[in-house]
Amino acid sequence: MKNYSSLIFFLAIVFLTACKKENTGTIKLAQHCPPGFELTADNKCLCRSLYHQYNSLNNAGVGGLQTGLPPMRDGFSPQQIDLGRYLFFDPVLSGNQKLSCASCHNPALGFSDGQARSTGFNGQLLNRAAPTLWNVAFLKSFFWDARASTLEEQMQGPLYAENEMNNTQEKLLSSLNAILGYRELFSQAFPKKNNNQIQINEVYTALAAFESSLISLNSRYDLYAHGYHEALKKNEIEGMNVFRSFVARCAECHTPPLFTNQQIAVLGTPEQEDLPFDAGAEKTFNDPSMRGGFKVPTLRNIAQTAPYMHSGKFASLQDVVTFYNSGRGHAVPENEKLSLHWHIWEPNLTQYEIERVVDFLNTLTDESFKPAAPQELPSGLQPVHLKKIIS
Amino acid sequence: MKTIFKFLGMLIAAAILFGAGYLVSKKQKSNVPPPPTVNYFSGAGTKNASGLQQTEERNVVEVKQGQSIQEAVNNAKSGDLIRVYPGTYKETIYIDKDNIYLQGVVLEGEWPILEGEKKRNDAILYSGNNMVIENFKIMNYKGNGIMGQAGNNFIIRNNYIIDTGVYGIFPEFGTNGLISHNILSGIEDAAIYVGMCDNIDVLYNEVFKSVAGIEIENSRHALVEGNYVHDNTGGILAFITPGLPIKTCFDVIIRNNFIINNNLENFGEPGSIVASLPRGTGIIIMAADEVTIENNIITGNENAGIVMTDLNFIAHITKDPESEPNPDRIVILDNIMSNNGSNPIDELKAARIAYMVTAKGIDIVAVGGGTGSCIRDKSKYVTIGLDNYSQCQSPGTANVLSYMLEKPAPPRDTKTEDRGRLIYYGICSGCHSYNLRMIGPPTMTIQALYKDNPQGIADYIAKPVHKRTDFPEMPPQDYLSEEKRLEVAKYMLSIDK
Repeated sequence: MKNYSSLIFFLAIVFLTACKKENTGTIKLAQHCPPGFELTADNKCLCRSLYHQYNSLNNAGVGGLQTGLPPMRDGFSPQQIDLGRYLFFDPVLSGNQKLSCASCHNPALGFSDGQARSTGFNGQLLNRAAPTLWNVAFLKSFFWDARASTLEEQMQGPLYAENEMNNTQEKLLSSLNAILGYRELFSQAFPKKNNNQIQINEVYTALAAFESSLISLNSRYDLYAHGYHEALKKNEIEGMNVFRSFVARCAECHTPPLFTNQQIAVLGTPEQEDLPFDAGAEKTFNDPSMRGGFKVPTLRNIAQTAPYMHSGKFASLQDVVTFYNSGRGHAVPENEKLSLHWHIWEPNLTQYEIERVVDFLNTLTDESFKPAAPQELPSGLQPVHLKKIIS
Repeated sequence: MKTIFKFLGMLIAAAILFGAGYLVSKKQKSNVPPPPTVNYFSGAGTKNASGLQQTEERNVVEVKQGQSIQEAVNNAKSGDLIRVYPGTYKETIYIDKDNIYLQGVVLEGEWPILEGEKKRNDAILYSGNNMVIENFKIMNYKGNGIMGQAGNNFIIRNNYIIDTGVYGIFPEFGTNGLISHNILSGIEDAAIYVGMCDNIDVLYNEVFKSVAGIEIENSRHALVEGNYVHDNTGGILAFITPGLPIKTCFDVIIRNNFIINNNLENFGEPGSIVASLPRGTGIIIMAADEVTIENNIITGNENAGIVMTDLNFIAHITKDPESEPNPDRIVILDNIMSNNGSNPIDELKAARIAYMVTAKGIDIVAVGGGTGSCIRDKSKYVTIGLDNYSQCQSPGTANVLSYMLEKPAPPRDTKTEDRGRLIYYGICSGCHSYNLRMIGPPTMTIQALYKDNPQGIADYIAKPVHKRTDFPEMPPQDYLSEEKRLEVAKYMLSIDK
């Protein structure tokens, strides 16, 4: 039965794709903020979370259970966020109109893509795994190697990379400006604009607005953190205590409340067999001491985003924890001399402890604010991110 | 009524911090001798006797050999005093609540012992605010003896921590704490490690046979005073470690300590930062700023008495463009130094030759950059690399009695009336919008049903019954306390958009 309906769905998509029909200006952008945000009198969406009860040392947004969040991007209008949602799911953003942002950052797959390495423009495998977008509003650097410092800067990477979405700024603007529906939506989202031509910065702002709205701070762990200790089962609390112990030391870099301290760490994780050693942040900072260094990723919704690490080398969380337990530098190629992070050591966790840490990681899941993909896109194209799940 | 409870809670919190020793002794009912009533706040040069106040009776929970300390913690309420009697307790204790006073009872020399058997991770882990931990003997854990993660206002004192893994006492991300009168030895990293904290006093501890004695790292406003730091690899450290999320370390006072014979062979874990500490250094300042070193007795440290260095000191560590690498504005006042640097590392031997040092030993070394530093009576000491150090004009640190805060640091900083808003938008808005149908009915509709009846909403959301077949059943929100449910209900009824 399930397969049957999938087939119909798939055929429907093929059919609809075949008769691409531009949507002409019937869409009205949302006037309310997405969940997790309060609308202010001047039409801005401000993030609200129970974590805003707490402060944090030096306002760094790292600490323990009841610690405040780091500074974030918010204050976009409901219309900008909603426009960003249409753009995010629209393959019109790519050079061949076959890839959307959601192709690699699929809401159904934890805003990642379920692949070890993402699929590029011509179906080729890219070099790294797609990071989740949950809680990107709080991050101060982007990409595994931290080479962008704003979302706007980040998105220009995949948009214009030849092996990714392979668009150009000119082509992107001309495709969008050719769509009446988008011109109308951009004037809703940017009411002060003085001509009806879409500007590239408006595209970036809208995408950043949508991405900044992806908040995940209501997991069962969070209930525990706010004081409802019944939210976690005994095995999960055991796992939490291993996680934050100074033996496993996970929390030293995956620090609450976001479960990242946003630093670069050199771990020495293995690469995929067909790829050379990934220099990571060494290239970004032109610093050999950062060779093989990557940004510490958040662990929120981590159970939704296998496989893991920049290389997608580990299929399961169990494999990841086992890596950390297997000895400092055990997977570093012989010819590489890395400045491995000091917390990479030999914790000698038992199998039981490893399994409990995984139990705990599973409590960090919260997708209650997951946005819906648009039913129809202003371009008239069909959303492409669904195909992958159907097939 | 609720407000009164909150007020009492705050009183208790204040009392824990400032009057901890007093209140137990006053209300003692059992035959057990009371814990020491030493007032660590008004004697011994620390300030703020005015902060002391009496408080109402503390609920006492007793734990005896064969019982579980964790169980007592799980059942404890804010403000409880948990007294642990002599015996051996084989457990890891975690405290994720505020205002817990965990106290060992020492009877005729018998201590309550937390025994890790080299297989348990940490002895005590806390995340709550206003914590007191005292009078425990902690042995043989793999990780830390006592570790705090973001708890503010803590007192850790009178503990005896032996052969316990990585750090003996390690508060992290905490503001306003006292670490005093602890004895620590056999720790393979820093015995007392103040990491990413503000306003900490480390007073009158004995720290020996560990790799690093006392380390103040990426922290501000720390007073290290009156400690006996001997026979470690390195004595007292003030460090900026790169790659941590809080980048600065400044305003540290190191005074009146005995820093003696720190010549232990380094047994740090390979890869750890302290594993590269050369043996035989009394005080090491790495990249930290505004460190004052005053009135210490620093003798018999075979590498050097005091070393100031930039971040190049530690090899094989990932650099951090956000960490300022140089020690700046270091102030070295009067210190008694003798017999240091009798057997320095090769680099210092070479430096002696380069600087044409003919006197015996090395007291003070500065390597790498840094500006604005000074030393009083430089000619008293054998120094290398202090050419840029001026003569100190500083009158000393006598005006600083303590770096702890005059009032407890607030555990939270949002008023109660804002909490309803945070809960509504932070949680409820996932299903309810003001005038739109989402997963649940619009807030407008709920307002019409519960006009002037916030208690009705508070009761309903704790145990929802499925009323509307056109909506899915609401999951219970009983994880919110009754108080919080009422706050959010009131907020929900108050909004108009």
